Amino acid sequence: MMPVVLWTDLLVWLLMAALVGAVLLIRRQPHLRAPWGRVARDPMAMAAALVLAAYTAIALLDSLHYREALPPGPQGEVHYAPEVKSVLDRLLAPLVERQEKSYSAPFATHAFARETLTGPDGQTIRDFPRLIHGGAHLADPVRDRAADILARLAAGLGGGLVIWLAWLGLRRGPRRRRHPQLPWRAMDVTLLALMLVVGALVALAPHYHVLGTDKVGQDVLYASLKSVRTGFLIGALTTLVTLPFSVGLGVAAGYFGGRVDDAVQYLYTTLNAIPGVLLIAAAVLILQAQMEAHPDWFETGAERADMRLLFLCLILGVTSWTGLARLLRGEVLKVRELDYVMAARAFGVSHGRILGRHILPNIQHIILISVVMDFSGLVLAEAVLSYVGVGVDPGMYSFGNMINGARLELAREPVVWWQLGAAFLFMFILVLAANLLADSIRDALDPRTRQRT
Amino acid sequence: MSAYLLRRLAYALPILLGVNLLTFALFFMVNTPDDMARLHLGVKRVTPEAIENWKAARGYDKPLFLNVQASGSGVLTDTIFFEKSLAMFAFEFGQADDGRDIGNEIRTRMWPSLAIALPTFVIGLLVNISVALILVFFRHSYVEWTGVVLAVAMMSISGLFYIIAGQYLFAKVWALAPISGYQDGFNAARFVWLPVLVGVVGGLGAGARWYRTLFLEEAGKDYVRTARAKGLSEARVLFRHILKNGMVPILTGAVAVFPLLFMGSLILESFFGIPGLGSYTIDAINAQDFAIVRAMVFLGAVLYILGLILTDLSYTLVDPRVRLK
Repeated sequence: MMPVVLWTDLLVWLLMAALVGAVLLIRRQPHLRAPWGRVARDPMAMAAALVLAAYTAIALLDSLHYREALPPGPQGEVHYAPEVKSVLDRLLAPLVERQEKSYSAPFATHAFARETLTGPDGQTIRDFPRLIHGGAHLADPVRDRAADILARLAAGLGGGLVIWLAWLGLRRGPRRRRHPQLPWRAMDVTLLALMLVVGALVALAPHYHVLGTDKVGQDVLYASLKSVRTGFLIGALTTLVTLPFSVGLGVAAGYFGGRVDDAVQYLYTTLNAIPGVLLIAAAVLILQAQMEAHPDWFETGAERADMRLLFLCLILGVTSWTGLARLLRGEVLKVRELDYVMAARAFGVSHGRILGRHILPNIQHIILISVVMDFSGLVLAEAVLSYVGVGVDPGMYSFGNMINGARLELAREPVVWWQLGAAFLFMFILVLAANLLADSIRDALDPRTRQRT
Repeated sequence: MSAYLLRRLAYALPILLGVNLLTFALFFMVNTPDDMARLHLGVKRVTPEAIENWKAARGYDKPLFLNVQASGSGVLTDTIFFEKSLAMFAFEFGQADDGRDIGNEIRTRMWPSLAIALPTFVIGLLVNISVALILVFFRHSYVEWTGVVLAVAMMSISGLFYIIAGQYLFAKVWALAPISGYQDGFNAARFVWLPVLVGVVGGLGAGARWYRTLFLEEAGKDYVRTARAKGLSEARVLFRHILKNGMVPILTGAVAVFPLLFMGSLILESFFGIPGLGSYTIDAINAQDFAIVRAMVFLGAVLYILGLILTDLSYTLVDPRVRLK
């Protein structure tokens, strides 16, 4: 086994490290703890945070890549498989391996389309063939299926419930006494819901295609789980890319004024003037052309797709820093006229020190709010961009690609709805959780809303 | 006033030039005409002659900035930059890869785009403001709480979902509208109402929430408290005071995006088969027709700047304290 570190893997783990660092920092500083404590006391925010944590866990598991070792050759040399797998793939191996021929509905035991089959007595008939894997353990699918599903569902839900109860009994007592202000009931209910869903899926997914299969017979649940990483990365990494531009240029424009201000304003007005989708489309088209001209740049298809994802984040970042930069410029214009900043300047404190000690702490809430608010919009934007054809690599799992691949199938009779439904559902929960958390963070950090309530 | 306008127009020129240079750099320097030719002719086994022919047919066989072989002013004018980029300032967009005139195409496709975008925008604005007013009227009650939660849920749903679900339910299952297509004249209404409905519903969540914040901010101001202290009814305060003052940022914001309506809606038009500028752009992106994309970028930039100027003008109209110098 050879570990493979893709660029996006590296960045997403760095981001996680930064997040942990930030949490540790906030815990030690009382003036930072106060607003975040408000977030922690908000039941809706904590429930949303738990759901987001579940998504993050999936994305992180999918960000540990490796290539499997092939059986050693005659001279004992070791070769590695060309495909790059992740830990998530390993965990979901039962889903990956159970490929059908083509479409099948959720929990189906028979394929979606009729085929010419050979009956037991040799004559050919047209009928729905049995699936290779879905419900293959049933002797008589028509009679046994409902009972089997119910039994497995009950077992899964029961398992989830037991784990949840165990957690309650083991961990909650002392913690609850230490942090009585946290919304424990909302968190417990969310956790219960998560546990029940996971339990049911663990019990059912190895035997049925819980969300059906897609055109090439791939399990839709697997595709949805793999898409989580793509959406999460686009939301998280893009904001990471925008920050140096928006903070650096916005603060510089506001603080130094004059020529710098003119230049920055010109830059963002020009960038704003270009319709966002078109600029992204132009950049992605050119990237595509360059990649096609140089197939030798990438060793594996995964690296190629990864590079394209990274560039998409870069391009999205370069086109979307203007809004925050403008906000920051306005705020810095106000802050730099405050008495203590004037005093610092009169004492001859250096620019860097004034920026670091006086300006940045006063605008950090704007940066944070904008980062969390942008996340959900970017996840949604990915789907639209993939539909336009300038999104992530077409071979990559993403919500946009899932929707794109499935939308023409609505014209079929009966309708193939599960692929679209799964993509929209997974996306909806992710975006809703992000929006709810972002709202709560904004309310807690923004001094204006704090005064009003 | 006219001096102000002139100054704004003069200020617009460097921005347009910047847009122009940026797209030029993207399309001709990062991605050279040779790359473009190879992309269109297929990457493998292209002869140099085929590339040269392709470039010559589209006028890409000239130097980028300076033509040292030409005489007189041709040194500057007989170049790709002058012919393909600067010509846009005269709204000469040249030809698409299929040989059709882009400017002509834009003029005919503008109207279907407007037929969708204008009603979506106006109706959307009215609906959003009404919903926001209802939420503000019932503030601190379950009506508001439910409304806000619904709005957050609605803005968490992908825009593609509204389109796909709307098209499926209304056009396919209930057969109330054609699935896609467009006709000119009065027949257009038959094709237009469903995309408009989808557009309005899709924007409702984010819009209502945004206007609610605007109105709430207005409702916290002193003059509102005064109005209430005078004993005015809540409805009167809401409509005569809050709405009237809240309209200032709403109207000026609307004016800013108004010119951009000409660009049409990319996704809506492409799903409903409306032959407008949005679907034109998407088709161009899919066919990798850089000439059209370049033209649309320039057009978008012009309309954006127009929106900025109109915003400033509208401030003077609705807010007498603002004077343009």
